[in-house]
Amino acid sequence: MIERLLNLLRRRRLDRELDVELRYHLGSLEAEYRTRGLSVNEARLAARRDFGGVIQTQEAYRDQRGIPMLETLWRDIRFSLRSMRRTPVVTLAVIATLAIGIGANTAIFSVVNGVLIKPLPYPDSDRLITMSHSAPGVKVADVSSASFLYLTEREQNQTFEGVGLLSQGTATVTGRGEPEVVRRLSVTPEILPILRIAPLLGRYFSESDCAFGSRNTLVLTYGYWQRRFGGDPAAVGQSLTLDGELWSIIGVMPRAFRFLDRPVDVILPIRIDRSRVTVGGFFIPSIARLKPGVTLEQASADIKRLIPIAIESFPLGPGATRQQSQNSRLGPNLRPLKQDVVGNAGNTLWVLMGTIGFVLLIACANVANLILARTEGRRQELSIRAALGAGRTRIARQILTENVVLSLTGGLLAIGVAYGSLRLLLAFAPASLPRLEEIAIDPTVLLFAFGLSLFSGLLFGAIAVKRYARPRYSAAFHSGTRWSSGSRERIHARAILVVAQVALALVLLICAGLMIRTFQQLNDVNPGFAKPGEVQTMQVTIPQASLPDMELTARKQNQILDRIASLPGLTSAAYMTDVPMGGGVTADLLTPEGKVLRPGETPRSVQTRFLSPGLFGALGIPLVRGRDLTWADLYEKRAVVLISQELARLEWGSPEKALGKRLRGSSAADEWKEIIGVVGDVRDRGLNQPVTPTVYFPVLGQRVYNNPAYVFRSVTYVIRSPRTGTPAFLDEIRKAVWAVDSNLPLVNVRTMSDILDESMARTSFTLVMLAIAGAMALLLGVIGIYGVISYAVSQRTREVGIRIALGAESGQVRSMFVRQGLVLTAVGVAVGLGGAVALTRWMASLLFEVSPLDPVTYVAVSVVLIVAATLASYLPSRRATRIDPIDALRAE
Amino acid sequence: MSKEVLQGTLDLMVLRTLESMGPQHGFGLAKRILQVSEGLLDLNQGTLYPALLRLEQRRWIKSRWGVSDNNRKAKFYELTRKGRRQIAEEAAGWSRTVALMDRFLKKAEE
Repeated sequence: MIERLLNLLRRRRLDRELDVELRYHLGSLEAEYRTRGLSVNEARLAARRDFGGVIQTQEAYRDQRGIPMLETLWRDIRFSLRSMRRTPVVTLAVIATLAIGIGANTAIFSVVNGVLIKPLPYPDSDRLITMSHSAPGVKVADVSSASFLYLTEREQNQTFEGVGLLSQGTATVTGRGEPEVVRRLSVTPEILPILRIAPLLGRYFSESDCAFGSRNTLVLTYGYWQRRFGGDPAAVGQSLTLDGELWSIIGVMPRAFRFLDRPVDVILPIRIDRSRVTVGGFFIPSIARLKPGVTLEQASADIKRLIPIAIESFPLGPGATRQQSQNSRLGPNLRPLKQDVVGNAGNTLWVLMGTIGFVLLIACANVANLILARTEGRRQELSIRAALGAGRTRIARQILTENVVLSLTGGLLAIGVAYGSLRLLLAFAPASLPRLEEIAIDPTVLLFAFGLSLFSGLLFGAIAVKRYARPRYSAAFHSGTRWSSGSRERIHARAILVVAQVALALVLLICAGLMIRTFQQLNDVNPGFAKPGEVQTMQVTIPQASLPDMELTARKQNQILDRIASLPGLTSAAYMTDVPMGGGVTADLLTPEGKVLRPGETPRSVQTRFLSPGLFGALGIPLVRGRDLTWADLYEKRAVVLISQELARLEWGSPEKALGKRLRGSSAADEWKEIIGVVGDVRDRGLNQPVTPTVYFPVLGQRVYNNPAYVFRSVTYVIRSPRTGTPAFLDEIRKAVWAVDSNLPLVNVRTMSDILDESMARTSFTLVMLAIAGAMALLLGVIGIYGVISYAVSQRTREVGIRIALGAESGQVRSMFVRQGLVLTAVGVAVGLGGAVALTRWMASLLFEVSPLDPVTYVAVSVVLIVAATLASYLPSRRATRIDPIDALRAE
Repeated sequence: MSKEVLQGTLDLMVLRTLESMGPQHGFGLAKRILQVSEGLLDLNQGTLYPALLRLEQRRWIKSRWGVSDNNRKAKFYELTRKGRRQIAEEAAGWSRTVALMDRFLKKAEE
């Protein structure tokens, strides 16, 4: 076999050798006949007769020598390249169309592959799960995990290799130059073994590092180690001041380590004091690794068994009853870890992949049209080949080879296009898109591009084969006949392609149109706060270690605020725990005073926010009823709250009725708080989400969340000023904060507009992508129509000439062709509308207050397409009216 | 006999001829085979070359360039050790076929 392959390469020499051999044979035969007295000519003829066909011998010999199929293929490819050179314009047009079409698909596929298809970057990652629990009894689908569940599950499970708890947050590093906020990941000792990642340097937490009361140890991530320690291996053994406490560095994670797509600087141990664990304390994330061969169902059954044991094994929290914990109907809610990492990005990406696939189909239709036109020009050549004995399969193979050569060339260029557009795509991609770092053009993506090229080549090649491979011996001999029925048939094939193009383009344009409508609707939504561009926000954290006293902490936050408020050009300023849409979620179950839950009724889950006086003014949230918080309320720890309008309506019927009423959280140990004011609603979870019922507490107070007293140490300052957005203003704010305490870093510095844009990022991204796809589709569709009408005009030159000679008006001639274009468009639009109705429901999750069957979009898009198509058929039809009847008739 | 020669037959003829005559070029082989067949075989002499190549690919014969009696450049074929062994095998196989066909033909006559 190898020898035969090698023979392919030394064909020329072997051919020469065979030639010498055969010539020797023939010469010897001839010489023999000559000795028998034949003349030169007679001898030659006799020799030939004895020998048989020289050409046939050569062919048979070559077939035996090499691999016949490969050799034919090679010949076909060389022939293809030659014929491509003969029609450079068509060839370039085809290759460029394909390069763009396949390239765009490859780029989007590399995103789909990186985000959705590739496994998580941990060994045997399919066995990693999110260990969540649900509490349908209180209508909470996901309560994550809790210490009492974790302790029970890790000790008594039968289906897991490991179960671990984790939490994320920030910590302030001091003593190494400027104060810095680092991203902290706290874990129980199982987490990294569960992920199967070994440290690069040093060691990972042992059980004793995570024991309650052990000394402070931490592990650095590679990035932070490089950034702050310059990659010095001696960092292990040194210590770091975190929130005012000393921690010794025991290890460094490897460079490839990623924690579920979330950035991390330092990893700390979670040290649980078992004696203080009670039933409750939910919302701590947990992950686990299944034992090999265990299914999710088996694991769920195992956890279901353990939950009652966990509730029995630990004391209840203050004010809780066993009845309550039973009523919550705690159960397992396990799911693959990948699902949590990917989130709902799948929706957007699959819609994008689908639309871009449509664009490729439209591009293929255009290419098929070009190929038909080109093959049309070669009808004579093909007919002659057929007449000379080339079989149907031989010609079909030749046509297919040509098209695949074209599409693979396009595919090769497409990789370059994909590389470029991927960079562009990632630059525009919303930061909320998960696993961005894992997106790359890898072998899977290359294979996809190759498969796609092959597929498109075979697709439009098959169309050409269907039309031309059947040998028509006669066609060769009346080449110029424009009256033959064949041309009508070919118009027919092109017409079908155009109808398909128009239909596909319509579907895509409707998708893009629906996104534009969604975007409009979102822009019309009132977020609940006013003029977000004027509002600067930034987070400041006062570590417990540096200032343990609660009231002093509140005073210090107040002092910072006063400093900021004295800056020139300031409208108002205040602070709160998490700004609206900022991503922070704090919630509790609401207990209105005197309310008795009906059987089957569950307590309402409400959002909780903690704030300073003046916050509503600074954000521009209207005060509907009652009064705002005062500093006296705050420092005297008065039992007062404000609530949102929606919550007032839901629980008490109206803002008036809610005033003066009292409420508390789920814990019986909490204090009843009086409602002193009702404020406007805010779309806290994003513009496309309903308003969130919210309770606003003072940032300093007592007996909330089952805590005797509280202060929130991480607050976000909300500063409204016309100067927002200028670097000088930011600098002044920084100086104002540092004038109070130079050890306080500022984090999450952004304006409310930034936050608003971020919450719409995915919608705008999808919109831009779909708009690009839609525009490409429209352009390709219009080119398709233009091409077909131009072709029709050129085919009917003679007919038009006769019509004009017989006195047809140019308007009549024009409308004849425009009508033809419009009929095609109309059919395409009809088919496309049907397709859109069937397909757009897949994108319902991306829309906001727009029906997938939105009539405005459907009508507008159809009109746009029909107008564009009319134009595309009008332009070539004008050429028809300029036909000179004499020339037209002579042209034959 | 027709011009179409059973593939295996021609192979065996070539091998046997090479065995009896020693190294030989294509023309010489063709001449000898036709001589031995005494007009029973009507062979297109060109057919010989693909067959020679096939045998060479199976490593039953090998070839080298040499000079013929009339001082011209010609390719000489000779048996390899493997080819020598193969003759016995091929011959046995052929005898079996002949014996088998013989029985059928006799049966048919009865």
